[in-house]
Amino acid sequence: MTKPRAFDVRRQSGFAFVALCCFVLLYLPIILLVVFSFNAGQSIAIWEGFSWRWYVSAWQNEKVQDATVLSLIIATCASLVATSVAVMAALATTRTGTFRGSALVFGMINQPLMIPEIVTAVALLIFFAMVKVATGYTGLWYLIIAHSAFCIPFAYMPIRARLQGMDLSLEQAAADLYGTPWRVFRMVTLPQLWPGVLAGAMLAFVISLDNVIITEFAKSAGQDTLPTYMLGQLRRVVTPEINAISTVLLAISVALVVAFYLLSKSKKQ
Amino acid sequence: MPNGVRTARRRWLLLTPALVILLFAATGPLLIVLVYSFLTPGDYGGVVWTFSTDAWFNVVVERDFFDDTLSFADAHLSIFWRSVKLSLVTTLVAFIVGFPTAYFIATRPRETRDMWMLLIMVPFWTNLLIRTFAVMEIIRNEGVINTGLIQLGIIDAPIQMLFTEFAVTLGMVYVYLPLMVLPIYASMERMDFSLIEAGYDLYASRWRILRKVIFPLVKPGVVAGSILVFVPALGAYVTPRVLGGGKQLMLGNLIELQFGQGRNWPLGAALSISLLAIVMVALFVYVRSAGTQEGRHD
Amino acid sequence: MKNLVTAIGLATALASPALAEGQLNIYNWGNYTSPELIEKFESETGIQVTITDFDSNDTALAKVKAGGHGFDIVVPSGTFIPIWVGEGLLLETNPNSMENFKHMDPQWVDVAFDPGRKYSVPWQWGTVGVTVNTSVYDGNPHTSSIFLDPPEELRGKINVVPEMTDVMSLAIKFHGGEQCTGDREILKKVRDTLVEAKQHWLSIDYGTIEKYAKGDLAAGVNWNGASLRSREQNPDIVFGYPQEGYPVWMDNVVVLKEANNAENAKIFQNFIMAPENAALISNFARYANGIAGSQAYMPEEMSSAPEVVIPDELKAAAYVAEVCPPAVQQIYTRIWTELQK
Repeated sequence: MTKPRAFDVRRQSGFAFVALCCFVLLYLPIILLVVFSFNAGQSIAIWEGFSWRWYVSAWQNEKVQDATVLSLIIATCASLVATSVAVMAALATTRTGTFRGSALVFGMINQPLMIPEIVTAVALLIFFAMVKVATGYTGLWYLIIAHSAFCIPFAYMPIRARLQGMDLSLEQAAADLYGTPWRVFRMVTLPQLWPGVLAGAMLAFVISLDNVIITEFAKSAGQDTLPTYMLGQLRRVVTPEINAISTVLLAISVALVVAFYLLSKSKKQ
Repeated sequence: MPNGVRTARRRWLLLTPALVILLFAATGPLLIVLVYSFLTPGDYGGVVWTFSTDAWFNVVVERDFFDDTLSFADAHLSIFWRSVKLSLVTTLVAFIVGFPTAYFIATRPRETRDMWMLLIMVPFWTNLLIRTFAVMEIIRNEGVINTGLIQLGIIDAPIQMLFTEFAVTLGMVYVYLPLMVLPIYASMERMDFSLIEAGYDLYASRWRILRKVIFPLVKPGVVAGSILVFVPALGAYVTPRVLGGGKQLMLGNLIELQFGQGRNWPLGAALSISLLAIVMVALFVYVRSAGTQEGRHD
Repeated sequence: MKNLVTAIGLATALASPALAEGQLNIYNWGNYTSPELIEKFESETGIQVTITDFDSNDTALAKVKAGGHGFDIVVPSGTFIPIWVGEGLLLETNPNSMENFKHMDPQWVDVAFDPGRKYSVPWQWGTVGVTVNTSVYDGNPHTSSIFLDPPEELRGKINVVPEMTDVMSLAIKFHGGEQCTGDREILKKVRDTLVEAKQHWLSIDYGTIEKYAKGDLAAGVNWNGASLRSREQNPDIVFGYPQEGYPVWMDNVVVLKEANNAENAKIFQNFIMAPENAALISNFARYANGIAGSQAYMPEEMSSAPEVVIPDELKAAAYVAEVCPPAVQQIYTRIWTELQK
């Protein structure tokens, strides 16, 4: 018996439908969010006509500007730091068997995933306060380090996954050719690893941009990020201004990702 | 120098930056939480440095303040149970939706797969608070769903969805779904489809193929995804606060209450460590199932 | 160590006097500080103001107590001020000898939380009461039974603000007790009433202005200013002052002992006691302030609103909110937890 020609071994009935539902579920709220950022009224639920007023008011709101800039600075620094150390950690822990202390290392790297934010937040408040009083330094680096820490596992995972799928023989050959480990890393490992690194950095960036509770507890004077600013609004009233800010941020993120995507595509060809 | 020593030294050198950051901003502070759980609460928040096991005692047992009888801390236990229950349901639903989606993406032509994954990731790029608000707008009484159903004549009065356990679960599924799809897709992408073809040659049904061939191959991804969804759901704070309407606390909110208005930091610390214990149990299950899996491949 | 920090601080101050002179760090509730007020203050004094938000009294206290925060001014609720004083966090700035103190409404000078005003200057004050949508229920709104023993029409459409102390004290007053009571008989009744009433509540939540206006909620425990904002969108909304007793709160501007810019902070305290400036605060967040004569600078619908002007016959039921002793607080927390289990 021969299989009918149209038989697709990959097809599973109903899966495409579920996937479609999944995308609708994911996008419906976002579309509403974008739509209501153009609402003429005060409400984030009742449509009262088209207007740019919330974009104008967000643009003119100094607190929003400062918070946005700060969020982006922290997210950029934290994702850079987290990704760099995650690459190193992944190189050290992948493609080797278990080693002495490996359980402890994995436990530490994954710790931020396992501990509810509120716990870390309070712990950091207490700990950072001690350091702040002792050193007198109250700058931005506390937040950057705190964000880096909980971004590490998110950066680490895709890098490690990529590394596991990579061929060792190439590097071994390169080691014979080039000699120093650093050159091997730069010329052979890194180019292959790059998609994983990018994925890790992007994930870390988003996670940092999203963080509310830890930032709220660890921030010093004048260090409101966009999420903590929004948390402050929760008790009062939420206007479409918030929608406008998120739409802009979303547009920036999407533009970034699409740019990455196109770049990596053109490189492949 | 022997080769082994050199590798070991290089390994620790490479690990140092990550470990230092984690020690400074994650592990170290956690030890403080552990210490705090054995102290006495300060009058207005904070702690007094006197050893006490009261906090741990209060996690599970309570002394009735009217007749001084001891009983199980019913309030805490039911909040624990709700958190575990809702997190499990969230994980299950995320799997039911996420698995076919990952499969769908993995079976697209190679050139378009990245684009589909991008579509999964974009919502993740929107702020968590905002996404939660967006879900609220959809399920509220005047929201899209209720208005739509009423206009279609299916119902007369809006269904109360907001501020229910359903709302919290929906919100958490929505927020954490990408964390399920991502690892499943990663393991499916590397899947060898000739195995499936072989399965069909042996006259297996699609369902049998799914269960006996595909699922075992992607199991590590499924387990990783489940952990990634279950753990943050268990400690969720924002979603239950916004969508649950504060009527049904989850663990994250209970802990926040103790550090905030309740002014009982040691109890908050003890509850945090208890939450951690639940997570550890979940991870233990993970390590065991992933361990057997890796053993088979290596 | 402290000396070293001071020395570094001094050195920085000496090196750049203009910079140290021109700054002020304010730590206030989110969306609570009038941008107009800050602009005016900056242009009149040349001091650069930074505002940072907090979302609860407890967060603010925890953070400042921990140290190393960099704030000069905090705006806690009056109930918390004795704690701040007791913890030695506040600087005695003696607002009572400041130039603009003459504008203070006398009723707000000898307050329990800061008798004679040695530390604090009023920011805004308000009441916690009940909001009722009269198109759903047109009975007497001036009672706590609106949320503790709700009439049939309101059931399932009630919200309660997640402020443990306020809700507890409303319920205690409802049963004839005093706020912060440790009386077990009363507390038992309070617990039973709350647990019984909870099944008729829809939510225990903030951010409800719109939900009242649009009818998602028909009644609930609320702040007067929030209720006013709902009424502006929906004329059916009224604010009730429970005759059994209702708390009055006041948020106050205090200066921290650790402040780097204490002088600027004092200038700010004095600045907001001027009626035209105090009015800016109220116009933004819609609560009354404690400055006599500021009404003249407010729009008519604000200064005469029924949510701001307490009816004479209900004035006696008001009480100024206090902080309860720790032992009592612990019982309250447990009742509160039980309520939300």
